[in-house]
Amino acid sequence: MASLIPCPHCGSRPKEEFVVKGAAIPRPAPDAGADAWFGYVYLRDNPRGPYDEFWHHTSGCRRWLIVTRDTVTHDIYASRDAAKIGEATP
Amino acid sequence: MRFSALSIILNGLSGNTNWSAHWRRPEPKPDYDVVIVGGGGHGLATAYYLAKIYGVQNIAVLEKAYVGSGNVGRNTTIIRSNYMLSENNPFYELSMKLWEGLEQDFNFNAMVSQRGVLNLFHSDAQRDSYTRRGNAMRLHGVDADLLDRRAVQSLYPFLDFANARFPIQGGLLQRRGGTVRHDAVAWGYARGANGYSVDIIQNCEVTSIRTSNGKAIGVETTRGYIGCGKLALAAAGNSSRVAAMAGLKLPLESHVLQAFVSEGLKPFINGVVTFGAGHFYVSQSDKGGLVFGGDLDGYNSYAQRGNLATVEHVAEAGKAMIPALSRLRVLRSWGGIMDMSMDGSPIIDRGHLDNLYLNAGWCYGGFKATPASGYCFAHLIAKNEPHETARAFRLDRFRRGYIIDEKGQGAQPNLH
Ligand SMILES: Cc1cc2nc3c(=O)[nH]c(=O)nc-3n(C[C@H](O)[C@H](O)[C@H](O)COP(=O)(O)OP(=O)(O)OC[C@H]3O[C@@H](n4cnc5c(N)ncnc54)[C@H](O)[C@@H]3O)c2cc1C
Ligand SMILES: [Zn+2]
Repeated sequence: MASLIPCPHCGSRPKEEFVVKGAAIPRPAPDAGADAWFGYVYLRDNPRGPYDEFWHHTSGCRRWLIVTRDTVTHDIYASRDAAKIGEATP
Repeated sequence: MRFSALSIILNGLSGNTNWSAHWRRPEPKPDYDVVIVGGGGHGLATAYYLAKIYGVQNIAVLEKAYVGSGNVGRNTTIIRSNYMLSENNPFYELSMKLWEGLEQDFNFNAMVSQRGVLNLFHSDAQRDSYTRRGNAMRLHGVDADLLDRRAVQSLYPFLDFANARFPIQGGLLQRRGGTVRHDAVAWGYARGANGYSVDIIQNCEVTSIRTSNGKAIGVETTRGYIGCGKLALAAAGNSSRVAAMAGLKLPLESHVLQAFVSEGLKPFINGVVTFGAGHFYVSQSDKGGLVFGGDLDGYNSYAQRGNLATVEHVAEAGKAMIPALSRLRVLRSWGGIMDMSMDGSPIIDRGHLDNLYLNAGWCYGGFKATPASGYCFAHLIAKNEPHETARAFRLDRFRRGYIIDEKGQGAQPNLH
């Protein structure tokens, strides 16, 4: 895992300041049906390579971020505020 | 070639130059009745029991690297059947019974050592929950003893009983639990399966799965195309990737777990001890090194290496449990990729294709399960119905709401 995670608000910070939640998949609408909710709660792409994940900057700005990280090399390609771009929240 | 006292003496007299290889290195045949993907403990055990118990012939195990290169050769060797839930307990107890007869069964010294597994507790609430688990185990016919502080003190006097934050109140002991030499388990099953003419094909990575009319008909590999009557997946940390080749998305995440070995010491820790107040557990190998580990690093990973922050955390927890560890030097550390399921329990089930079988979701408890996992998976493949101790490990349990969450953590794999 990379030692630093870039936060759009705080800059590059040690990864120990963050807590990982997991796959950043969009939350279905409340009435989306059992299949959509089953997929959201339980199924994962679990890729070997780039992956969008929720990370919380717990010991910093306390914002939820979407971090694009490679699960093999641990390179971080992008990091953005989860709310700002209207994407899903955890 | 069978091992016996006589064969060891005779081979010793001839300078140990006459031992033969334990398994062949065959070229892959064009097709097999059963193709097993993954030559870890579970894949090899499955092949062994399929051939030996269920009489299936013409089996291949395809392993992308070499036998023992995956988690089967990376784990901390602990076996136990101290589960609480009725979906889990009979299965892990079957595994324990198979461990108890394994070395005679496959004629290989796996150093099965029932030295006892002790889980420490540090609060009244934890004592109550361990009591409940111990009672559940006993109701299933599994041995469990609740030890008070004095009894733990007589076993392990060097633990930090007076720890200001987490004083040790006692522990739950399973005397039949213990350790097994993990490499020898892989080798023993490989050798055993080879004895029943199973082809163990190493350096053979499955790269795609060919399907036709709702069936798997074969696999593309780095050693060419191999046809199959039935296809069984036992790829542990790579389960999601292999299942995706057949168009199946699994309730799994892959995570890295680290382990550590210290320099060799004189006999110090007789059994396995786990800290109840932090992420740490330890035993001592027969060579003298302390073998220990903690929790997952916490983020999805396919890299078989971990982070320094986790190393520090494990060392701190270890020191909180055994202050004397502060003078210990660590020799080696490594990581393995765990197939963490959404409820912390495994899947042994048929897949969405007619002849596809799935064995996955072992989290960090899959080594102890190796014999029962192989046995039950072989049963499923041979008979198309689950073994009675593995009925609950269905793939559709998540959809149907029958999750088996021993830890009560919910659908958050890095917490199981
Ligand atoms: C550090 C650590 C400590 C652990 N400690 C314990 C413990 O004390 N007790 C316990 O019970 N469990 C423990 N475990 C868990 C246990 O090791 C695993 O759950 C178990 O070994 C998984 O089953 P396996 O042996 O079949 O896996 P593996 O040995 O990983 O076998 C899977 C095999 O599939 C192969 N494969 C993957 N993809 C492909 C492909 N495309 N084509 C061909 N082959 C492929 C891999 O190369 C691998 O050899 C630990 C794990 C780790 C990493
Ligand atoms: Zn921040």
